[in-house]
Amino acid sequence: MAKKVAFLQGNEAAAQGALYAGCTFFGGYPITPSTEVAEVLSNELPKIGGKFIQMEDEIGAMASVIGASLTGAKVLTATSGPGLSLKQELIGYACIAETPCVIVNVMRGGPSTGMPTGPSQSDVMSAKWGTHGDHPAICLVPASVQELFEETVRAFNLAEKYRTPVMVMPDEIVAHMRERIVFPEPGELEVINRTAPSVPPEQYKPYDTSFGDVPPLAAFGTNYRFHVTGLNKGQDGFPTTKAAWVQAEEERQVRKVEANVDDIVQFEEYLLDDAEVAIVAFGSTSRSARFAVNEARKEGIKAGLFRIKTFWPFPEKQINALAGKVKAIITPEMNLGMCTGVVKGCIDGKAPVHGIFRVDGEPINPGQILEKIKEVK
Amino acid sequence: MSQRYEIRFSGAGGQGLILAGVIMAEAASIYDGKQAVQSQSYGPEARGGASKSEVIVSDATIDYPKATVVDALLALTQEACDKYSHDLKEGGVLLIDSDLVKNLPKGNFKTVAFPIINTAKNEVGREIVANIVALGAIVALTGVVTKESAEKAVLSRVPEAFLELNKKAFNMGYEKAIAAKA
Amino acid sequence: MAFDYDKYIRPGKLPHIWCPGCGHGIVMKGLIRAIDTLGLDKNNTAIVSGIGCASRLPGYLDCCTLHTAHGRAAAFATGVKMAKPEMNVILCGGDGDGTAIGGNHFIHACRRNIDMTYIIMNNNIYGMTGGQFSPCTPTGAKASTTPYGNPDPSFDVAQLAIGAGATFVARGTAYHATQIDKLIVEAIQHKGFSVVEILDDCPTTYGRRNKFKSVIEMMNRLKDVAVPVKAAEKMTAEQLQGKIITGVLHKVEKPEYTTEYAKVIERAQK
Repeated sequence: MAKKVAFLQGNEAAAQGALYAGCTFFGGYPITPSTEVAEVLSNELPKIGGKFIQMEDEIGAMASVIGASLTGAKVLTATSGPGLSLKQELIGYACIAETPCVIVNVMRGGPSTGMPTGPSQSDVMSAKWGTHGDHPAICLVPASVQELFEETVRAFNLAEKYRTPVMVMPDEIVAHMRERIVFPEPGELEVINRTAPSVPPEQYKPYDTSFGDVPPLAAFGTNYRFHVTGLNKGQDGFPTTKAAWVQAEEERQVRKVEANVDDIVQFEEYLLDDAEVAIVAFGSTSRSARFAVNEARKEGIKAGLFRIKTFWPFPEKQINALAGKVKAIITPEMNLGMCTGVVKGCIDGKAPVHGIFRVDGEPINPGQILEKIKEVK
Repeated sequence: MSQRYEIRFSGAGGQGLILAGVIMAEAASIYDGKQAVQSQSYGPEARGGASKSEVIVSDATIDYPKATVVDALLALTQEACDKYSHDLKEGGVLLIDSDLVKNLPKGNFKTVAFPIINTAKNEVGREIVANIVALGAIVALTGVVTKESAEKAVLSRVPEAFLELNKKAFNMGYEKAIAAKA
Repeated sequence: MAFDYDKYIRPGKLPHIWCPGCGHGIVMKGLIRAIDTLGLDKNNTAIVSGIGCASRLPGYLDCCTLHTAHGRAAAFATGVKMAKPEMNVILCGGDGDGTAIGGNHFIHACRRNIDMTYIIMNNNIYGMTGGQFSPCTPTGAKASTTPYGNPDPSFDVAQLAIGAGATFVARGTAYHATQIDKLIVEAIQHKGFSVVEILDDCPTTYGRRNKFKSVIEMMNRLKDVAVPVKAAEKMTAEQLQGKIITGVLHKVEKPEYTTEYAKVIERAQK
């Protein structure tokens, strides 16, 4: 049988990806340019007996998904820059309470209200450093409508597998453009469900590290009763200030991601084998870069593209190795150098890094990148 | 590059230009088996202001999803024509509403003009289908999607009660554009 | 035989953090008796709080307990209740948590009339942070951040809840201990969003600064100002000056949110 094909907007694909992954709860607040995610799910979730709620504000939306997640549901919220800022305290809560949840954040200009309908890639640092304190961060940056579907599924998988919030961050261009999408059949993409406790209720502890770095999470309303708090907690979930334990727990929470970088990090290499100039880009900008690379190749310039799919954890190892092989790296991005700084920080000065930054609400076009390739080749 | 064809639908917010672009792209990618990407840019206005919807059609994978050099431009308002014609290529197609766009951009374009909105209002019967009249015209003038595919795409996107109206709008746009071109 | 509170207290979690003379423990015991009276299944009962002294209450109870972030209890609890409407969801917290930083979630939970019970322990102060004034601190009172007396007008929590759409609103005091469980029982039984405000005392950070010589004096004040609804009906405005009406202040039937959403599901599935 032919697969189902549709011409979909990026945000619609994110919503469909969430449904494919088994999402049954969405709590949100309207914000441009992410609102279509909420609109689609307000229509689709009740059809499968799921729940959609439009909360009173961004903070409430984040709170509602964490509450719902603790009942065992797979949960999603969607927002954009200003909403992400408001959600940050509770994203930290989800990190320390180790509650799986997915946040789709469509990147628009900022800070503050900025340019609500213009594209941007300036929330990538917020994804890692927006909430206070040390914490794990996973952030996926898809570049097409199909990939936004697939990466939303993967975001749910990672959230459940590592008991942590996961962000999917398309820029406004990817979120609002429409492309053909081929829907995967059920079972075609991996769907990871939450690990249920293997011990009886009286032995259950929500942060029992004897089960490894990611202890199983029970659900409220089953016969497991447990306590959840945003305070530093012991294995039993109750507040503790025991210095050695708090240190160990903070380290474990970060280790859940850091020790599994190879499982989490995805990227794409294009014409890098013999490349002398490498472009490191993500989201819609990577599409401009690919266009520019093809043009450069036509002119005999050895250019290639390293496309970041997982922004956090950052593909440090791979980009470090790449820097050792090329004459120069170009980092086009719709911000004033966020990815550029991270690239510089992980290549030990092995290659010069040339940024192309744009924050005027316009995409970085292939011509700009081609020009830079010719300049640095 | 030669396979890449770029179309821009522009006018005011509320004229249904995004939908026109979506239908065009759907005709190409779902019914004609080509690659297509549709994108848009818009201001805070739900109605009014200048709005554009871009469609890239290609036989190969489309990397950059926005226009680079526009092959065909529709302008339903003077404001949109002034704002969005700067990157229309030499020899490209310029379709304008002859009642509303009086000052043409400088350049060597294949300009086609007819009263698009007026056609929708008085000949089809509803101003709201001006976008479909324009779509029919763009399909006729560009030839990047087949007429059959475009018609199918139109009919799959509109409510059943308005099938005939939209069919009429599409065909009238198609024919008027051919007549105006000649 | 004395009531067995241990049935509901998590082993090893006492003593609690509250100061001697604080009324929060009295409220907790009232809540426990209410849960017992109603025979609520502990597995199916979520107790959700924000931040502050009163918000530490859930940790002591052997239920599904969720100690959230400052002000956010109602929003977290809304997620729990929406996802699992069959659960009993009880919220608790203080006046600052609920009406200042959490004010927006509070009024919208009232507006939705979602079937949860919110116990607000109003001791007129931010106790945990050391006695800063809250939206419920009386005008003129001293707090660590109103050294010259509080210039702010204060909220009437019960009226706020009624105005925002809560369908059951009651008020009690920590002095009237035996009334607390009765009010909570009725609140939980009510289908819709119910608010129980308990006037409470904070001898450590409020009493000390406001010339209360002892906990007993603070408790006596609660006794003196409280007028039951029935008695208040027969009193003049003049007689009610400085008094606080207690009992069930508001009870109406209105569509409940999760029931209404179940209808949304039905319509979507048609």
